[in-house]
Amino acid sequence: MLVPIGLLASGTAYGEWSANQLQGLVGFVPAGVASLSGLWHAPLREYSLPGLSGTFLGQSLAYYASAILGAVLCGGVFILIGRALTRNAAKNKE
Amino acid sequence: MHIPDGYLGPLTYVAMYIIMIPIWLYAGTWLRKNLKSKQVSYLALAAAFSFVIMMFNVPIPGGSTGHAVGSGLVAIILGPWVAVVTTSVALLIQCLLFGDGGITAFGANCFNMAVVIPFVAFYGYKFISGRSEISSRRRVLAAGIGGWLGLTVAAGVAGFEMGIQPILEHTADGVPLYMPYGLGITVPAMLLSHAFLFSILEAIITALAFGYIARTDPTIIFNYTSAGVGKGGVKTTSPA
Repeated sequence: MLVPIGLLASGTAYGEWSANQLQGLVGFVPAGVASLSGLWHAPLREYSLPGLSGTFLGQSLAYYASAILGAVLCGGVFILIGRALTRNAAKNKE
Repeated sequence: MHIPDGYLGPLTYVAMYIIMIPIWLYAGTWLRKNLKSKQVSYLALAAAFSFVIMMFNVPIPGGSTGHAVGSGLVAIILGPWVAVVTTSVALLIQCLLFGDGGITAFGANCFNMAVVIPFVAFYGYKFISGRSEISSRRRVLAAGIGGWLGLTVAAGVAGFEMGIQPILEHTADGVPLYMPYGLGITVPAMLLSHAFLFSILEAIITALAFGYIARTDPTIIFNYTSAGVGKGGVKTTSPA
């Protein structure tokens, strides 16, 4: 319920600045940051959803959705792991 | 504390992956040996909990933000090796799907949040709680202090990993290639912001959740029987 509180904090966590922010902070973009920061394009970057980034309400909804999606995925991974484990256990019994 | 791509040079991120591989393998083996099928739902819950708790960003003066991690709580309740796996899975999904934490830095992020936090928190808790009753105030306090210690030490370690970059990786002229700030800045910045804010949040969450579980369903707590409980005649048959 309180999940969008995370959105109100507009700053960037220490050491997680983007290349642009680094430019502002130290006056240059280190070569490694420039070359590696684009390595992976996460589909839902920063917990946003395409088309829902304009308004705070939209961002909040996207943040909620991301929290639910992430939680479900985390749960799902372990249900799969659990299934594999119990199947092994059943096999060992036979 | 999710280090993005580009902040750690190859020397560091490759080393962190090399450190993590045996840890993941051992944690997997540990799980296969010790996990009961009815506990799987707790693991699913723990990973989901870690994922969501890390989304609660809290601002601090100076324009930066941070969050609790919750893997200390998982370590205390389900055991540190379980926390290694559940936190790593949460971090993997955050990294791949949401771009929170880098791909190259995934090994380092897992080391900080899925290894340092659980083990420091668990052993801090264990040391402080001694042989006290499971629902005693001392044990709740121990869980809180464990949570605080875990996150604070991990923040220091993350600060160290970032701060050694200007020494390890720079051009011939000494211009940093990755994280531009040195140890003298990164370590205090990470340590202080966590010690005085985020770790306190972590401590409160850990203590409250531990207290609740200890009162309502203590048998699920890791090493319950060998934890010196049962002094009051409570005998349990839960597996150690």
